[in-house]
Amino acid sequence: MGFALALEQAGIPTIPVSTHVFARLANATAKAGGMPTLRNCFVPQPVVGRTAAELRAYIEGTDPVSRRPFMQGVIDGLTGPLAGADLEGATFERSTPRFLEPDTEENLQRLFIENRWTDMMPVVLPTEERVEAMLKGTSVPRDRIVGHMSPTAFREAWAFDVEKIAVNAVMAGARPEYFPVILALMASGVTARNSSTSSFATISVVNGPIRDEIGMGSGIGAMGPYNHANVTIGRAYGLSCQNLQGGSVPGETYMGTLGNGLNFSSCFAEAEERSPWQPFHVDQGFRPTDSTASVFFGGWYTHSGFGPRESWKEKFIRCLTATDHYSPPLIVMDPIVAKAFAELGYTKQTLIEWCAENARMPARDYWDDQWVSTMVRSYAAAGAEPYASRLKAAPDELVTIFRPQDINIVVVGGETQGAFKMISGRYRGVNPFAANMKSPTVLIDEWR
Amino acid sequence: MTGKITVMDPRGYPPKVEGKRLASRPPSLDGKVLYLIDALFDNADLFVEELRKWFAQHMPSVETRIIRPRESWKDDAELRAKVVADGDVAIMGVGL
Repeated sequence: MGFALALEQAGIPTIPVSTHVFARLANATAKAGGMPTLRNCFVPQPVVGRTAAELRAYIEGTDPVSRRPFMQGVIDGLTGPLAGADLEGATFERSTPRFLEPDTEENLQRLFIENRWTDMMPVVLPTEERVEAMLKGTSVPRDRIVGHMSPTAFREAWAFDVEKIAVNAVMAGARPEYFPVILALMASGVTARNSSTSSFATISVVNGPIRDEIGMGSGIGAMGPYNHANVTIGRAYGLSCQNLQGGSVPGETYMGTLGNGLNFSSCFAEAEERSPWQPFHVDQGFRPTDSTASVFFGGWYTHSGFGPRESWKEKFIRCLTATDHYSPPLIVMDPIVAKAFAELGYTKQTLIEWCAENARMPARDYWDDQWVSTMVRSYAAAGAEPYASRLKAAPDELVTIFRPQDINIVVVGGETQGAFKMISGRYRGVNPFAANMKSPTVLIDEWR
Repeated sequence: MTGKITVMDPRGYPPKVEGKRLASRPPSLDGKVLYLIDALFDNADLFVEELRKWFAQHMPSVETRIIRPRESWKDDAELRAKVVADGDVAIMGVGL
């Protein structure tokens, strides 16, 4: 959509064509772009999987939104004279007040749900007193702009300050001592409410001394609803994203077709002291005494296993090649698993390199992934390696699917089982060529 | 509980929207160069190819050119410059 708006501005009449389920999103994006009369046209959903003849029938059929012949809308849109609204666009300012109108607690809870300011679970209502208490968790001024965020790359970015994040942290039930972690997550610039049709979530990992200072969990059930800090920090990150980026509303600012349970909350601490390897943040160049929050964009798939058992290599290859390989894995492993790999002689890095080298599939299958095809092929065609070599490979040639730097390992778990999970989670942005990533690991200490 | 309380607005700060006009339209597409921009989603290539065939059959005076940006829907300055330099109108599709 951004491309179509830019072309119109550059003097090229442009018709963006979407499927009809995207009509609200397409029209809302055009309006937010200052061009509400952009001449969107629509064909029926789906386009995916349709034959050439079926797509031709769409073209020769009726626009399901305008109810006019599709091509008539296209031709008229490209040639029809401009009216006043087309020439002026729409200039407007929107304000979000500091306070809402006073009301009863019951009505306010209903208002928050109706306005989709919640995750549909009850929230702690953000009274001024509660927000003031939350703000005592940081020395950073309340009016400091922490960042800008949007539901996806082509949408407008909204700004947010420390106070606005405090409002959402209160709603999530977080305590003031957790607030620096929440601020750091928001400063990452990575949304936990991406609008992609693929129902992505963002997983966050905390390292360093703050884990113990605020009682975060890295043991039994660390990734589940069993630790107050983990759960409410993750929830605060999600609520902050959806409210501060301009919404996460199905059909408008959220298009995830299946949804994702990890969107409720997905934050945990690394079990640094029980890991045989150095902590994740130290791998990234931070000091062991630094406290950091790292974000992994994905949450789309999970493959699980135990071990390393005798057949672990085959198991790992099955898991890695079963991924939706557009989104590389964050491998979380219980300390039992990590120690066993260490006893086999693996460092974290050599295990990652083994995974990258041995996870291979026929080039035909690699390129048949929807997002690899959509987001990677054009860069491969332009010569970006290693994607260009994968594109040149014969269809049956086995190609690697991840680079070592795509794969990450974090140690967590209560040592009740030698279990691991491979979870969709890209550390460096939403795609291999993302330009919207500030820093996937943020120093929490700067937000204390 | 029936007493009224005051709470804070949880939303962020939206940017000011600056109105932008649509590009001037030609009175017809006769003799014009139409860029068909493949939005890269699954089957978008097939869709724009069918569009190309439609124009070849029904409006042969329109010269169609199929191009592909680096990423779906995002502005691509290099490609935009090419369309502006060589083209008259564009259709971009199709989003899923």
